[in-house]
Amino acid sequence: MRAHDPVNFVLVGVGGQGTLLASTILAEVGLAAGYDVKKSEVHGMAQRGGSVLSHVRWHPQHVFSPIVGMAEADILLCFEKLEALRFAEYVRPGGAAVVNDMAIVPITVSAGAGTYPGDEHLAEVFKAVGAKLVVVPGEKLAQEAGNVKAANVALLGAVSHLLPLPEETWWECVKQRVPAKFLEVNRKAFAAGRAAVKQV
Amino acid sequence: MKRVLSGNEAVARGSWEAGVKVAAAYPGTPSTEILEELARFPHVYCEWSTNEKVAVDVAMGAAYAGRRALAAMKHVGLNVAADSFFYASSTGAEAGVVIVSADDPAMHSSQNEQDNRRFAQFARVPCLEPSDSQECKDFVPAAFELSELFDTPVLLRTTTRTNHSSGPVELGERIERPPRRDKFPRNPEKYVMIPGNARRRHPIVEQRVRDLAAWAEKSSLNRIEWRDRAVGVITAGVAYQYAREVLPDASVLKLGMVYPLPEQLIRTFAAGVGRLIVLEELDPVIEDEVHLLGIACEGKTIFPLCGELDPTVVRRSAAAAGLPVDRPPVLVAEVAKPELPARPPVLCAGCPHRGVFQLLSKKKVAVTGDIGCYTLGLLPPLSAIHTCGCMGAGIGVAHGAAQAGIGERMVAVIGDSTFYHTGLPALANVAYNKANVLTIILDNRTTAMTGHQANPGTGLTLQHQRAEVIELEPLVRALGIHHVATVDAYDVEHLEQAYKELMAHNEPAVLVARRDCALLPEIRKRWVPLEVIEEKCTGCGICFRIGCPAILKSDELDENSGKPLALIDAEMCTGCELCSQLCPHGAIPTRDQMRLAEEHQPASCTVVTPEGS
Repeated sequence: MRAHDPVNFVLVGVGGQGTLLASTILAEVGLAAGYDVKKSEVHGMAQRGGSVLSHVRWHPQHVFSPIVGMAEADILLCFEKLEALRFAEYVRPGGAAVVNDMAIVPITVSAGAGTYPGDEHLAEVFKAVGAKLVVVPGEKLAQEAGNVKAANVALLGAVSHLLPLPEETWWECVKQRVPAKFLEVNRKAFAAGRAAVKQV
Repeated sequence: MKRVLSGNEAVARGSWEAGVKVAAAYPGTPSTEILEELARFPHVYCEWSTNEKVAVDVAMGAAYAGRRALAAMKHVGLNVAADSFFYASSTGAEAGVVIVSADDPAMHSSQNEQDNRRFAQFARVPCLEPSDSQECKDFVPAAFELSELFDTPVLLRTTTRTNHSSGPVELGERIERPPRRDKFPRNPEKYVMIPGNARRRHPIVEQRVRDLAAWAEKSSLNRIEWRDRAVGVITAGVAYQYAREVLPDASVLKLGMVYPLPEQLIRTFAAGVGRLIVLEELDPVIEDEVHLLGIACEGKTIFPLCGELDPTVVRRSAAAAGLPVDRPPVLVAEVAKPELPARPPVLCAGCPHRGVFQLLSKKKVAVTGDIGCYTLGLLPPLSAIHTCGCMGAGIGVAHGAAQAGIGERMVAVIGDSTFYHTGLPALANVAYNKANVLTIILDNRTTAMTGHQANPGTGLTLQHQRAEVIELEPLVRALGIHHVATVDAYDVEHLEQAYKELMAHNEPAVLVARRDCALLPEIRKRWVPLEVIEEKCTGCGICFRIGCPAILKSDELDENSGKPLALIDAEMCTGCELCSQLCPHGAIPTRDQMRLAEEHQPASCTVVTPEGS
């Protein structure tokens, strides 16, 4: 991706995983980088442990639709692996899927209706879609940084490496949105996420 | 200065800038954050009213008193408030009054996707519809100006996509407005809607609609954007964004005011374009009006009526109709995927409603439900709710079935906030007309579904100031209901005992199942996860049948049965102990049992604490 190209993000996960904070930070990074931005999310019943989806769009001139269409996401940021598979069609061919190495087994599986898909499907499905797959152990990196709750910041660190913006632009926005006492933890988690993508 | 605001934050900001003095609402997705945000600003009185009708009455009272006022609600809230909405149209007020209806196309969090632009037409109330956050902010002061100019309430209709989308907004400053009256008006011809006065008001209201339509011709809320004239699109709200995205070269008539419509402007636009298209979400409201003008146009023959629009849907529909789309619709590749298990919303781990539904499910009793988190009690494996229509409906429905002579006892379940909202008159009806309905009030001490708002039972106001607690039990007894019990919702044994006792009477009865929502911040601090003792677990699966998301199937199998053992997710488990009480093998110790077990273990080390700590 070149500087000043429009960028579409779709974030998917499970209600309560912190996708809303991540989408807020993404919108603020876009604004700080000089883009027009919009983000869109859904509140209410879906947040009671259901699948959640939010959209963030950056455009050098003007964003019209607040929602990203199917196969239009440059980056699909997945907080959970089953949701990554469910919403795989959102990422465009040539785009990237950043997938947190995290499984949250839905109640339907414990109740005996269906099985949680194996990891091998991630590579197959995103290959079929034509997108690059980046698996990031968000919780592990966050734990190593000092607090498992910084997993979403680690994932943002991973996303940051895929876009041509200075690391400082990202960090300035992240640090406005995390508790002051966890600043150092989040800085480490962000850096670890960024480094994780470099190794891919 | 620009700030990224959601549509709801922008409506709140716009209200503050417009000099609103009084704002009232009942929480409801997608409108809730409007009042939460507005309450942060100074110089505005904000409240959670007990329901939307009361909220509109409160706003009207303030507007009669000459102060700008706002009432906000979700779309179905306007059904509750409809009676008030209609008299508000008849009387007008002394100062501006704006009613926000947040519609929910796609029913992300609602029981229907009604199009409340119809309410504007029905009640002869002008309707503005913003298409992004900036307009959400700008249209509020415009709505107040319009309200005062024409002596009418104004409906500001938003949709989930405008409420919950965010974008940069240019902020303004508050303009304080002196009250337009010193004293409450004594003007019965205008404000007392007895038939004689109402008959005189009706032609005034009809003339007002004609005057508004004339005003709409020149208003900057409506504008023509001339581009290529082969195709012209009339659009409003968030659909405008999709029109611009997908049909970038088409001319557009953007309507910021969707009722009444500017006839001449529409005729001018229609005459200036080759093919006239109406792109609107949900009902063909604009399309019908354009047809009534005798102008040919296409709308719902191209775009779907049901559900929410998005760029994918609009592009696919527009391309199929031969319209000049920005690019061909993407044929999403047929990707071979494994069968993916669904992830429906569920009652949270530690939800205090779970025990009640486990009991009702076990009793196989007929249960009428209501609106709130607890509606999720309908889902398997609990499958304990058999009706849910709207706020406050469950008790009346149970009463009707009982009076019809159905051969079984009816149970109604309702949350605390919903009970104060519209459950109270229905329960008074049960008491008055004596149905043998058992009403279970699921009192989790908050309005949980919409994000933990205060209600009359919490002893707190919207601003978290102390308020009078309206106690449920004396209230229910005062209605003349003699069989009333209160039980800790986590206490399985006492729940069942109280249920049996209340069901033994062939009379109205109320069971209050009380326990704070496990997600309340002060409750979260006290979570202690439980553990499964593998040696005791037989894989019998009883704990799987309460639908707790924290109870998982382990990879370990029981040696005898070959069934998977239970495993508790320590991140999710709150320690409610419902599963402990139900486990027939004692494999999930309660916290007290865990503590006792620890005390009886031989000490493996000695912990020395420094003195004074």
